[in-house]
Amino acid sequence: MNHDQDETDLYQQKPAIVCRDLRKSYPGKPVVEAVRGLNLQVNRGECFGLLGPNGAGKTTTIEIIEGLLQPSSGDVEVLGRSWTRDGEAIRQRIGVTLQETQLSDKLTVRETLDLFRSFYRTGITVDVAMKSVSLDEKKDARISQLSGGQKQRLAVATALVGDPELLFLDEPTTGLDPTSRRQLWEILRAIRDRGKTILLTTHYMDEAERLCDRVAIVDHGQVIALGTPRELIASVGGDHIVEFSVVAEQHSRADAFRLLALADVTSVRDEVDRWSLNSKMAHHTIPALLSYLEAENLALAGLTTRQASLEDVFVKLTGRNLKEEQTA
Amino acid sequence: MTQPSSSSSSPQHPIYHLTMARIMEFLRQPDAVFWSYFFPVLMVLALGLAFNKRQEPPVLVDIVDSQLHEKLNEALKANPRIQLKDASIEQATLRLRTGRTDLLIEKATEGSGHVYVFDPLRPESVSARSLVDDSLQRSAGRKDAVEVSDRSTSDAGGRYVDFLVPGILGMNIMGGGLWGVGFAVVQMRIRKVLKRLVATPMKKSHFLWSLLASRLVFQIPGVVIILGFAWLTFGVAAQGSMMAALVVVLLGALTFSGIGMLVACRANSIEMVSGLMNLVMLPMWLFSGIFFSTDRFPDAMQPIVQILPLTPLISALRAITLEGAGLFEPAQLMRIAILATWSLISFAVALKWFRWT
Ligand SMILES: Nc1ncnc2c1ncn2[C@@H]1O[C@H](COP(=O)(O)OP(=O)(O)O)[C@@H](O)[C@H]1O
Ligand SMILES: [Mg+2]
Repeated sequence: MNHDQDETDLYQQKPAIVCRDLRKSYPGKPVVEAVRGLNLQVNRGECFGLLGPNGAGKTTTIEIIEGLLQPSSGDVEVLGRSWTRDGEAIRQRIGVTLQETQLSDKLTVRETLDLFRSFYRTGITVDVAMKSVSLDEKKDARISQLSGGQKQRLAVATALVGDPELLFLDEPTTGLDPTSRRQLWEILRAIRDRGKTILLTTHYMDEAERLCDRVAIVDHGQVIALGTPRELIASVGGDHIVEFSVVAEQHSRADAFRLLALADVTSVRDEVDRWSLNSKMAHHTIPALLSYLEAENLALAGLTTRQASLEDVFVKLTGRNLKEEQTA
Repeated sequence: MTQPSSSSSSPQHPIYHLTMARIMEFLRQPDAVFWSYFFPVLMVLALGLAFNKRQEPPVLVDIVDSQLHEKLNEALKANPRIQLKDASIEQATLRLRTGRTDLLIEKATEGSGHVYVFDPLRPESVSARSLVDDSLQRSAGRKDAVEVSDRSTSDAGGRYVDFLVPGILGMNIMGGGLWGVGFAVVQMRIRKVLKRLVATPMKKSHFLWSLLASRLVFQIPGVVIILGFAWLTFGVAAQGSMMAALVVVLLGALTFSGIGMLVACRANSIEMVSGLMNLVMLPMWLFSGIFFSTDRFPDAMQPIVQILPLTPLISALRAITLEGAGLFEPAQLMRIAILATWSLISFAVALKWFRWT
């Protein structure tokens, strides 16, 4: 109750989240190892993203950090505290939205927020919470009457009423239309700008790129890459991706080593129906590519160039495609 | 009138908000409200009418001689319950044996009298014989030796419907507690609301208390509607104090909410909880004396019958409404103790076993 000032400062100096060698397996016929030795540190005030395909272990990880799941082994520290000793203190200081919660359809926005507000010792008023997620117009609407985006904003508001230091969001924009996604991004940016720490999971690379200060790419229950989106993209070896295809029967006549030797190309991938080049300078690579094709007498069928993205990082690290994983 | 948007009420106690949320959810489902209150009323009405026959059953008499028929007809006219019918001896014997007539009258082989043929093991048959004989003797001029008068027990308080209403009330309390609490819990588990709630600093016991509190609130209109309806339509009135009845009703609601919580504490599908619920309720439907007295079960079964939580609930309600008993008689205290034990055990076990995620 009576927090010593020094003690509070001590907690403030600790990172928002620390995970050491986190492991979680679910019993089953083949035991599912959802998380396999995951290490993580989230600093105060940053928006941190766990990016990975479906089944990567993001939800399992975030729910362990939220204190909802017991890890099989490993340590978790949240706001400098451990779940076993200071569970109540942590819960008072975090806000959570789960991947799939269907709040009671029959209640209104205000009633729902009044309920969640009553659980916290301190917090913001329900009106402020509604305003911060642009739901003040809908305060007396039943949840059944809300759109998907409005429901998701309400879920965020239920996490905000306790005025948390740390906010958790599991796949906050999955299933939303583009307008609702952008609206939610705005809301989350505003929350981060007020000095809150955010940990979110997503399988959208654009979401991680635009929203997160730092990103951990998660695959098969482990962090396979960590850094700011810029750093991660730079690590692919080039800001640009040049993709081209030749008429199908000539595809195999293009030579990977010759392509790699072209100006400013840092890596080459054979995508079966096309070739993909990482390039430091697209305007150097493209003329060189065209002369190569001319010299080899290959007929160009398609040529695109774009900025490299986290998607390319994932592809480079795993040899798989984030999007393909989702449909599989 | 909408409230001005600036008037954000400061939060009340979590139990208040959790309970209000349950009440609002219930009230905003008009069909659920309708069925949970209308069904028991329908049951009282149907059974009350079925067993509340205003006229006594007719006494069926077959006569195998038409001359005799005429003679007796005159004498028995005074009693409208007696219905005479001509029949051949074969027909009449068959009808008597198969219970389609109560009494057979034939001419005596000697003298001018007649013979009653009846089944001494069948109560209707025995009473038909004495009723017919009595009417005949009186019309022939017999006088009663002792003066007597009758008082009917079909007066309010002694009829089947008076017995039935506490049974229906008990059944309503059992169903309401089990379905109301059990269903709500499983639904919240499936929709991940429970998981969302444990991610907040909410105290788990507050959540469980609010389930009980909302159940008590829902039960009060249920009692008022059932008792009010029974009183208005059949004149069913309690002999004992309404306060005592209310205490027992609330204790019952508490007990069955606890049992509902226990049944739902691990279930994670509607099918599973429905199955468990029916399994738990079936023995009480059969053995707890909703529709007839538990005295009819053999002595060997009594320990089981009496320990089922619905039995002491209904018995205590009947003692209050039919006999005017209070709460502090030994038999009543025993019933209250059984109910309280059930509610304590089920609540404690549910709290321990409850699965939130
Ligand atoms: N309760 C559970 N029981 C068994 N396996 C589970 C359970 N929850 C998740 N898994 C498995 O663990 C892996 C990681 O799941 P999850 O953490 O939900 O991944 P993500 O959120 O990244 O999609 C998946 O293979 C999933 O099937
Ligand atoms: Mg997930």
